[in-house]
Amino acid sequence: MDYFCGIDVGASAAKLVIIDRDGQTLAKATRRSGVDYAQAAQACLDEAVAAAGLARHEIAASLSTGYGRDNVPWAGGKMTEIACHGKGAYFHFPRKMTIIDIGAQDSKVIHLDGEGRRTSFQMNRKCAAGTGAFLEEIAYRLDLPLAALNGLAERSTKEVSLGSFCTVFAATEILGKIRAGEKVEDIVKGAFRSVVKRIFEMDTVDGPLVLTGGVIAYNPILAALVASSFGQEVLVPPDPQHIGALGAALFARQNAEKGR
Amino acid sequence: MPPSTERKDFEATRKMRAVMGKYFTELCQGPAEGKKTAWCTSVGPAELLRALGFNVYFPENHGAMLGATRMATDLIPLANARGFSPDICSYLTSDVGSYLKGESPIQKMNLPGPPKADVLVYNTNQCRDVKDWFQFFGREWNAPCLGIHTPRAIGELDGALVDYVAGQIEGLVEPLERIAGAKLDRGRLEQVVGLSRQCTLLWTAVLETAAHVPAPITFFDGTIQMGPAVVLRGQPDAVDYYNVLLTELNQRVEQGVAAVEGEKLRVYWEGMPIWGKLKDLSTQMLQLGIAVVASTYCNSWIFEDLDPADPFRSMARAYSSIFICRSEDRKEQYIAQMAARFRVDGIVYHDAKTCPNNSNNRYGMPQRLQAKLGKPYLVVNGDLNDLRLYSEEQTRTKIEAFAEQLAQG
Repeated sequence: MDYFCGIDVGASAAKLVIIDRDGQTLAKATRRSGVDYAQAAQACLDEAVAAAGLARHEIAASLSTGYGRDNVPWAGGKMTEIACHGKGAYFHFPRKMTIIDIGAQDSKVIHLDGEGRRTSFQMNRKCAAGTGAFLEEIAYRLDLPLAALNGLAERSTKEVSLGSFCTVFAATEILGKIRAGEKVEDIVKGAFRSVVKRIFEMDTVDGPLVLTGGVIAYNPILAALVASSFGQEVLVPPDPQHIGALGAALFARQNAEKGR
Repeated sequence: MPPSTERKDFEATRKMRAVMGKYFTELCQGPAEGKKTAWCTSVGPAELLRALGFNVYFPENHGAMLGATRMATDLIPLANARGFSPDICSYLTSDVGSYLKGESPIQKMNLPGPPKADVLVYNTNQCRDVKDWFQFFGREWNAPCLGIHTPRAIGELDGALVDYVAGQIEGLVEPLERIAGAKLDRGRLEQVVGLSRQCTLLWTAVLETAAHVPAPITFFDGTIQMGPAVVLRGQPDAVDYYNVLLTELNQRVEQGVAAVEGEKLRVYWEGMPIWGKLKDLSTQMLQLGIAVVASTYCNSWIFEDLDPADPFRSMARAYSSIFICRSEDRKEQYIAQMAARFRVDGIVYHDAKTCPNNSNNRYGMPQRLQAKLGKPYLVVNGDLNDLRLYSEEQTRTKIEAFAEQLAQG
């Protein structure tokens, strides 16, 4: 039996998925991308191959994606993360949709038609607003662990709005909110709301919204906020952080089948 | 075998370097030889200035050189510190920075640098920034700064508008004669306008060769090859050069020589070049098999309305019909025609942060044209000169993703 591997080396984390011929996930791995993308990718591969109980040669084809896609020497091909998130999302929801991928350094809005063909895409402008980096900055400003943000926001009872485009200005705005005595959980929810606002401005949407990427994986509260802002049905695939890697594995399988 | 990522240079380019070298040498030596220098905006009344005997210097060309050599990003902060915002034209800020620091790419030619102006003549057909730019130098040197104020967002270019602009150009004659110390020779003006028209027709023919499949020339070549059309129009040297280049291009067409080996996709570039990243972008496009076959930018130095028999009115018509000062619907029509003529698969819009007048993605045009033409679009965020406003990684990914999308068919 042949197996296929997709590796998504993102700005913050490297994600890897091994699938079988039916597209079912056998194993996955996640590492910090760090400063050596090739090493992070290799560590992910070693871990996932071992977890799946496979020998390395049983991986028939592999494909890389993400910012570090050119730094994976063993990948047999590469595609952008825009293509791979589309492919992975369509695997779970085979229909016309708009994908919102919120990553560490950028966010993307990707439109697929009913056949899974991409009709257009948008990336955030060169600015951290609307990305995971914004939430990291807010966590730092509030002296909170990043992992605590979602739980705090879920306890919020009041809307505290952050209006600034700019991450630095938003952080300054937060200082004002602290001075005004606003509760931390309300400020944190305001920060999540701010991420959604920045994405709302990027593009129009059509069809159900499918949320992918690491930020939604760790902050599920965003799904409800996206649904209320856009007024659209929101779908979250299983393991949204690995959707790009899954898409890459599916492309690897497709390319291998074409090459037969 | 992977496609070649080497840009195929033209035999003619050697001649162009010689022609441009001669231009800069004469320009820089002019003051010592008693020649007066007029600074002129790139789409200003260059023919009138030449006919009056001025050496004509184009600061926007210098701005592009500052961008292409990547000197701009270090020089812009000097102008920012003097009160010129990082949000305004980065040609202006890099050129002012260059002056303040006394550093210019022209010095790499063993020449002293841009000559001081005896007069500065602008045309606001492009933007207001050119006026502010020229007025800065006018104040620095106590030099007269004259201008033509062309209306903007022009729809139909009617007779009244042409009269209005032609009147302003004619109004420049008397003050310019005083500065030049010579009377305008009408015959000489007609001759210069005639040469400019010849240059325009040849430059058009050069760019039109890219309508062939595969294209023998790309936008990236065009940004280099356009030099003489910008700084030497009205001079025989430009006409001679484009005759040579056109012959070579016609040979390429006959022999089926592609500028992009294995051309897979054809794209239109709308907006300013990202001067400091042209090489990287050109290489990426070559790797992806994308030929950027046409652009608004390289076509901006086409002045088909020039007519030696009616120099003032025809200059007014030519310089008021350029893309940048036209209405949104005219611009849209123009891009649609170009997309059809050059058979493009998609359109790339450069949103240049400091050049709103030459960034045409900001009022919904990409979306409207996509709906009309069925051609996908991509917006690249960057700038003409200020690389602080450019994200290498994001642009690389966007272009690659755009190629993937276009390749879906």
